[in-house]
Amino acid sequence: MAGSRMKLELSKVVQGRCRLGQLKEMGRMGQHCLDIPGCLLYTHLGTVPHLTQDTLHTLSSLPTVTQVTLSNIAEHQDVLEEFKGGFKKFAGLHDTVLYCSLHDSAAQSPTGHTTNKTVSVWGSGGRIELTVAKFMALQRTVQPDWYQTMADGETWQTGISRKRVRKSVDRSLAHLDECLLVHQKSQELDGVSVFGVVEGGDILEERLRSARETAKRPVAGFCLDGFQNGAMDQALRSQLITAVTKELPEDKPRLLQGVGRPDEVLACVEAGVDLFEGFFPFQVTERGCALCFLFDITPDPESAAADEEQHTAGETQLNGDLNCDDQTHMTRFEMDLKDKRYQDDFRPLVEGCGCYCCRNHQRAYVHHLLVTNELLAGVLLMIHNTSHYNSFFRAVREALANDKMDLLRRRVLGTVKEESG
Amino acid sequence: MFFLLHYLQGPELIEKVNGLHGFMNWRRNLLTDSGGFQMVSLVELSEVTEEGVKFKSPYDGKEILLSPEKSISIQNSLGSDIMMQLDDVVSSTVKGPRVEEAMHRSIRWLDRCIAANKHPDKQNLFAIIQGGLDAELRKACLDEMTKRDVPGFAIGGLSGGEEKDDFWRMVTLSTDHLPREKPRYLMGVGYAVDLVVCVALGCDMFDCVFPTRTARFGSALVPWGSLQVKQKQYAKDFQSIDPDCQCPTCKRHSRAYLHALFKSDTAAMHHITIHNIAYQLNLMRSMRQSIVEGRFPEFIQTFMKRMFPSPDQYPNWAVEALASVNVTLE
Repeated sequence: MAGSRMKLELSKVVQGRCRLGQLKEMGRMGQHCLDIPGCLLYTHLGTVPHLTQDTLHTLSSLPTVTQVTLSNIAEHQDVLEEFKGGFKKFAGLHDTVLYCSLHDSAAQSPTGHTTNKTVSVWGSGGRIELTVAKFMALQRTVQPDWYQTMADGETWQTGISRKRVRKSVDRSLAHLDECLLVHQKSQELDGVSVFGVVEGGDILEERLRSARETAKRPVAGFCLDGFQNGAMDQALRSQLITAVTKELPEDKPRLLQGVGRPDEVLACVEAGVDLFEGFFPFQVTERGCALCFLFDITPDPESAAADEEQHTAGETQLNGDLNCDDQTHMTRFEMDLKDKRYQDDFRPLVEGCGCYCCRNHQRAYVHHLLVTNELLAGVLLMIHNTSHYNSFFRAVREALANDKMDLLRRRVLGTVKEESG
Repeated sequence: MFFLLHYLQGPELIEKVNGLHGFMNWRRNLLTDSGGFQMVSLVELSEVTEEGVKFKSPYDGKEILLSPEKSISIQNSLGSDIMMQLDDVVSSTVKGPRVEEAMHRSIRWLDRCIAANKHPDKQNLFAIIQGGLDAELRKACLDEMTKRDVPGFAIGGLSGGEEKDDFWRMVTLSTDHLPREKPRYLMGVGYAVDLVVCVALGCDMFDCVFPTRTARFGSALVPWGSLQVKQKQYAKDFQSIDPDCQCPTCKRHSRAYLHALFKSDTAAMHHITIHNIAYQLNLMRSMRQSIVEGRFPEFIQTFMKRMFPSPDQYPNWAVEALASVNVTLE
């Protein structure tokens, strides 16, 4: 394997698919570990949106892996090459594991620019075309601890042809092999983990082909791509992911790209996924909303039942049905703080949440900040949403450990909009 | 401004939560303005009468009257530690009888504000000296307003685009006639040079949107002027904004990173904002320290030398103003 130390230690496997454990010995010194199922820390150029390092560290437990994307970084290649010290140092990052992916799952980019030899990313100045050579040059200058190989994942559009899907699998495998060749020759990437990318659109045969072929390569783990933007039927997605993970080695981690909604996370954990990107809290923040779905399943069946009753009886605000995956619309897992009903609601965003926002501020205040277009709204919401989401993943791990996934799913789904109090 | 419009319809909301301190969860002091300036400068179709300022709400078109009593009532509900009287604000570029009318009305409105203040023991109502750029009018205003026993005085009607030569003369005229044992608050100032000169002329307190607003545009304040981080020349500049600055931004980030970050995330604005606030606080702290240690004139010399490439670039008005208080720039 490409000199990677990353070790997956599973403490439990449920129904042959659902995995609980730790990803250990990550980072150049092998000093970091990440609990799985888990999520990564989503950033724009190394910065968690809206947050400085100081505000970020008001959060008590952050994911140990920080994600950056080439779509943010590519346009600064010459700057990084002159800097020479690697991206972590350039960005003044705290001690963290740096994972470099290709695309930003929270930003939809135009399609139709992928060729046999290139993929494109969109920076602030427009489209940047990447060959494998340029892709790897970027990795050498970014010096991440871990990266995904270049891949063609443009298969999520409705009505995509079989031929196009097959091409995406072929191209991604070719890119993978080329990347590995360059990786082995690059001193700067010594000890860096490489993930192969499984493609295949919505076609089972292609998914299996991609999984089997990718698994043959000496990679440290696998990205599952082409499931973003919610175009695929959820049941089909679970089916495909389940089939794919069956083909992948048990002792290597699986990272699913482009999926972040809590109910989808649960479904995909049960389909064999270990890691998720952390962009969902950001999307919620951008629409002025706060995550508020429940995930507490502490053993008190009486109060739990009463709570559930209260919540199902509570007022539901309009939101799409569970299958509606439009990532720009509000979900059932959040409250819209711009709504007039919060004008004189002096409760914290979520009762019992220990984040800085909930410890210090009220719904009415955040509502005011949103209505007056103050930047502070984004800061406070990002803190809360990141905290809430991380706590959700902790709940997932606990539920897995205690065989309570069913209960957790009902708790998360059973949540309806907060009643107007 | 939003607050004002909202609470003109009823301050009950803010009272429910222990005033502005409770609403913001801010344990330190707060100063509120009367709303007069915002009304006149930001809202169209405003009309000033003896009653107050009449205007149309931009949110729902309703006609609202902001009277001295109403302004104080709102500020009482907000619970700010320092409140400003409602004054009849006239731009410093306006000349003629309107200036005199506004000055006299401001005195009458001051008395109405004092009478309307429900918490004189907890909330400090400041008077605002008017009179435009007319020395006689300003002196008349000073004579009258200083007869009222208010906890502090603001110097108003300046910092609105007038010539700096007129500006400093009005500032020094005001400080000459304000009581020594009460704070002098110069509203709307400002730039670093203005702050230093006006401290020399006898001002104690200032407010300005400039440092934070300019930060959001990528302009970082430094002892030698300002640095436009978004400019291409900083793309590969790996030093911090100010190598001597101890703020969180300068301790962790380079100009190059901030330059790049401006293309990706709003946090870039926050980093510069933090730096600019640190710059301001540091500037004021340095001045205080130098005054306490009896070397304020030396501080001014050093400050000006750092800020301008050479003495012939020192602004004339600053040289004159400082000379008027016996600081001769070298």
